[in-house]
Amino acid sequence: MKLAYAPADLAFRDAVRDFLATHATSWPKRSESMRPGPDQIAWQKLLISKGYAARTVPEVYGGYGAAPDLIKSRIIAEAFAEAGAPGGLQNQGVSMLVPTLLELGTEAQKRRYIPPTLTGELVWCQGYSEPGAGSDLAALTCRGEDVGDHFRINGQKIWTSSAHVADMMFCLVRTEAEAPKHAGISYLIFSMQTPGIEVRPLKTMTGQAEFNEVFFTDVMVPKDQIVGERGQGWFVANATLKHERGMLGDPNAAAARLRAITAILQRETVDGESLINNPLYLDRLMRLQARVLAMEANGLRLLTAAQKGEPAGLSNLIVKLMGCELNHQLAGLAIDALGELGVLYHGGPHEVDHGIWQHRYMFDLGLIIGGGTAQIQKNIIAERGLNLPREPKLAKPDAVAR
Amino acid sequence: MDFGLDDDHRALQASLTRLLQRHAPLAQVQAVAAQDEPTDPVLIHALADQGLFALLVPTDCDGLGLGLLEAALAAEALGACAAPAPYLGPVLSGLALTLGGDAALKKRLLPAIATGSLLPGLAISEASSGARRNFGVTASGGRLTGTALAVVDFATANGFVVASRCGGLFWLESDASGLSCNRLTNIDRTRSLGELQCHDTPALALDHGDVGQTLRTVENAARVLVAADTLGAASTMLTRAVAYAQERRQFGREIGSFQAVKHLCAEMASELEAARALVWYAAHAQDTLPDQATLLACHAKAHLSEVGTFVARTATEVFGGIGITDALGLHLQFKRIGLNRQLFGAPERCRVDAARAQGLIGQRPPYPAQAQV
Repeated sequence: MKLAYAPADLAFRDAVRDFLATHATSWPKRSESMRPGPDQIAWQKLLISKGYAARTVPEVYGGYGAAPDLIKSRIIAEAFAEAGAPGGLQNQGVSMLVPTLLELGTEAQKRRYIPPTLTGELVWCQGYSEPGAGSDLAALTCRGEDVGDHFRINGQKIWTSSAHVADMMFCLVRTEAEAPKHAGISYLIFSMQTPGIEVRPLKTMTGQAEFNEVFFTDVMVPKDQIVGERGQGWFVANATLKHERGMLGDPNAAAARLRAITAILQRETVDGESLINNPLYLDRLMRLQARVLAMEANGLRLLTAAQKGEPAGLSNLIVKLMGCELNHQLAGLAIDALGELGVLYHGGPHEVDHGIWQHRYMFDLGLIIGGGTAQIQKNIIAERGLNLPREPKLAKPDAVAR
Repeated sequence: MDFGLDDDHRALQASLTRLLQRHAPLAQVQAVAAQDEPTDPVLIHALADQGLFALLVPTDCDGLGLGLLEAALAAEALGACAAPAPYLGPVLSGLALTLGGDAALKKRLLPAIATGSLLPGLAISEASSGARRNFGVTASGGRLTGTALAVVDFATANGFVVASRCGGLFWLESDASGLSCNRLTNIDRTRSLGELQCHDTPALALDHGDVGQTLRTVENAARVLVAADTLGAASTMLTRAVAYAQERRQFGREIGSFQAVKHLCAEMASELEAARALVWYAAHAQDTLPDQATLLACHAKAHLSEVGTFVARTATEVFGGIGITDALGLHLQFKRIGLNRQLFGAPERCRVDAARAQGLIGQRPPYPAQAQV
């Protein structure tokens, strides 16, 4: 057990801090759009050149090319969080497609798609969920028919965030109609400009359209636009999903949120008395702080396990479930601390922090559901982590009839 | 940067767990708990031989000189099997003596604690939990008067470390004049509580160094160790519940295949796994991160109290009716967790202390010097 950084790590941290201080004027503004603007792309390129983004992606694919070093990655994340500086891009292309291509893509795919994805110039969306295939993703029915050197795609995707701004989609399509459920899926990548694609925004309870529905009508995709083999798409997708779940439930995000809420309690007064002196609010804050500390300690444990190549087991399986729930509860406390000010929304007078806490409270409920619902997470924890028996398979309806 | 247990830690856990499997199997713990005066001299002897009471005693006083993380791992193992043996009293009294005693007192007492021949009880409830009406000890001219509630590891105690109302710490011989001791029977039959009534009782002040800091260090250590004990007890309850859910059949299938049961187990495991990391972190911080020591000790105590309570009731529920029977013995850990929750500051108090430790609110006001009636 050693929680202090080694001298070389401290020197590295100083270098990151210096960089951020020196370039504070180049920090891009936070943007509402899911598509990076020119200043964000310039910043991302600068970060890659310094090794503060795309750090371990090989140079030949446009990354920085450093050997994996989780300690350095953590130091970078901490230094950026501490300075309040915008970090490297975390969109679905960077976080999910790039690791998947690095692991399973062809050389040509890697060279063509990874560099512009890393810089933010090529934006991706994920075509996984369907109206009839949510938790049971492998039941997807979007069809890719074999027509010579193309697949002809027909069907619908849903929950496709950033589809309206994306250049490309990575998409799960059923190409082998006769194969068993999990063995009939292929992982295709194609341009959103391909004829036959229609994107309809999906407005959520936040009042914004963070997601879309995407409809395919006779969309022709060349057969070499596949990642992995035909029928192997389920396994390719699982390689991507493990990257997504680490992203949802990041304890650094919870810690930043806790600091912001602490500041609200210290700042807000009711009848002239600071809320931090109200024992009930303080108790709620402290309960959540304990949870944030526990998830941070769990994160350190995961980091060490990864560094040593040891299996992380339960401590990894719980991150998405616990982290998303914690973030949601933090947003709930912020709203309660603001009282009637906490319900102001849509940009009117007296709105606090642009209504961010209401937005988070509503959007985070979506995160508890998305990326594997809380209930699916509990199944995974129980079955893989605790070795409890799986739900018995139902007899096929025709067998029952007989 | 390395967060986790090393080989020495795992060896310590393994050897203690082996010893406890031999000397404190469930049937033995149940037999001891059923006695009028539940103590187990054979177990205590075996633990002493293993060096349990020497863990925190400095090496120059014949101890092992280890840190609070090691002590927390031992507490976890003891909680896991609900060991009917003293631990908190001797180990934490030893810590108070190490920090606050003069050289002569240390040479006299610490080697005896290390071997297990001296097993002091710890009477700091009024400092750590706050003084209840009619309780609390006042000190004047090296003499103590008043009543100390919730003295830990009372039944085997042959000496006491006592905190006074004004934040002083004292060493009290068990045969001191004007001292009367009463056993307090409590839900947990594996550990004993008592009260000390002092009437102008002579005591030695442990005032070497910064007394306030010594008391704070002992209080923090106490909170971390009961958190670790709860972690162990709750882990056992979860393990037993999961094993039962894998084997018990109703409606023609294992009950663990029903999501209603499966999800209870997943919720317990999720809470406990995160809590485990917090306990390690808090224990390690006591010796290495002085700025965060109090904050983390308070949070570890409060959080494990909540998680422990949740696991205690939920694991019992997984068993159904058999869960509440005496024969199953699950209630040993249930009650252990229940006592831990109240010791050294219930969760509400620990959370207030956590807020104080980071300056969100003012410091704890000094105790009234006189007993309030």
